Amino acid sequence: MISYKDVCKSYGQTAAVVGLNLEVKEGEFFGLLGPNGAGKTTIMRMTAALTPVSSGVITVNGEQLHRDLVKVKQKIGVVPQYSNLEGELTAWENLEYHGRLYGIPRAARRRRIDELLEFAELTERQNDPARLFSGGMQRKLMIAKTLMHDPQILLLDEPTVGLDASVRRRIWDLLRQIKARGLTIFLTTHYLDEAQILCERVGLIDAGRLVLADAPQNIISGVGQYVLEYFSDGHTSQEFFADKESAIAAARNVQGDFKVREANLEDAFISLTNRDLGGNDEV
Amino acid sequence: MRFSAIIWKEWMVFKSRIVSTTLAAIIGPLLYLVAFGWGIGSAVMVDGISYTAFVIPGIVALNSMTTSYNWVANDINLSRIYAKTFEAVMVAPIKMSTYSSARILTSALRGVYSAVLIILIAFAFQVWLPIDWYFLLVLVLNCLVFAVIGFIIGLLVDSHADMAKISNFVIVPMSFLCGTFFPLEKFPGFLRVFFELLPLTQAVKGMRDGFAAEGSLIVILVLGIYMLVLTPIAIKLCQRSE
Repeated sequence: MISYKDVCKSYGQTAAVVGLNLEVKEGEFFGLLGPNGAGKTTIMRMTAALTPVSSGVITVNGEQLHRDLVKVKQKIGVVPQYSNLEGELTAWENLEYHGRLYGIPRAARRRRIDELLEFAELTERQNDPARLFSGGMQRKLMIAKTLMHDPQILLLDEPTVGLDASVRRRIWDLLRQIKARGLTIFLTTHYLDEAQILCERVGLIDAGRLVLADAPQNIISGVGQYVLEYFSDGHTSQEFFADKESAIAAARNVQGDFKVREANLEDAFISLTNRDLGGNDEV
Repeated sequence: MRFSAIIWKEWMVFKSRIVSTTLAAIIGPLLYLVAFGWGIGSAVMVDGISYTAFVIPGIVALNSMTTSYNWVANDINLSRIYAKTFEAVMVAPIKMSTYSSARILTSALRGVYSAVLIILIAFAFQVWLPIDWYFLLVLVLNCLVFAVIGFIIGLLVDSHADMAKISNFVIVPMSFLCGTFFPLEKFPGFLRVFFELLPLTQAVKGMRDGFAAEGSLIVILVLGIYMLVLTPIAIKLCQRSE
């Protein structure tokens, strides 16, 4: 379990995270959503002990972060947004290096490397330098590397950013398999479809503040199951309704093009924050 | 085990680049030897010996300095700013003192490797260096001191473009002003005192003059003081990055 109590982070006068109170339950798949610059990566970096908190407390499975850093780090696996692979080393060597860094005994290390290369579909390419891999292969190797030391919690920062649709879906499959092993998964993303498909619970963050945290379906229901979308006065407007019939009835008053459809997490996010995921105000 | 993990990784990287590393380590010194050895070495005498015999210990010290410094400085800087591999170590359960020591040691070993290459080339030029325990001790200390300096610079500088500037202001002047190519006696007194305190000057003196010469223990003392002062700073800076 990851617990945040009154966590704040400031860079000089700029507040990046303000009064974060949140609990990510054991075995849960939790997604932190928000536009660029909302504070997602800062929260991820604080959880991975890469950035100190300005105030407040983060605990990981009961251990207070920074009090016993080495012990806590053993429990966490971190997959950052950008490749942190040793480009000169082969896929096999990258896993071996990670295993050595985490003090895994030789026999267990070798067994785990074979398993994880197969899991990441990289057995055939195990002797190629990581710098020659495509973005998707690098991301899969990063995930495999992070699983080497059998962490209890997996932190993923924008795990599918920059990947094409088919690779994204393959990464989702891998994450689902990892979840099935009982790991707690905490990811940040600005792809709301990704969060809606993968996460049991999501937290919406905007300008460093957690707006709410709940199951995706509950968040969508909270704003309305159906959305009437229409274009007027130079911008797209949305109205939410509890049922389809009410939305269609309201659409009769709309002049010009309109669309009635099921609401999704992105609609809910825009409705709750009045911003789109590019960080633009007044949507 | 964590210490050996870093050593292992550095060894694998070294192995994967052994040809380019070796060529890069020998090309500069080889040109120095051709120019100063064949070019003017036979015609000029310094302190009663041929210029070639005079300049080769300086080239060994100079080359081991730049290799030890450059490898760790650039690698730490690039891994922090671009490759992000430094973060992979930051999230691992490894003490920063262990990481720092392993990185400094491996970079110093690269310096020793480049020195061995120069010594072999010198043999090919039929210049026999007085290699004994004292020469090797000075060589290792020189490599360690500049690996520590490189480690600190790599951690402190926040742009790779600035790394070249630091090198131009620190390493390049030291290369020419520490008695590598000509005796320090040519400098005015106040400058000589300053240059005498620089680590490369001491390393050149130690390798050139040997244990029997006057001031041989001062060489060890000065290099040792640099190590004792700079190593805790390097570790502290690395812990601050955590």
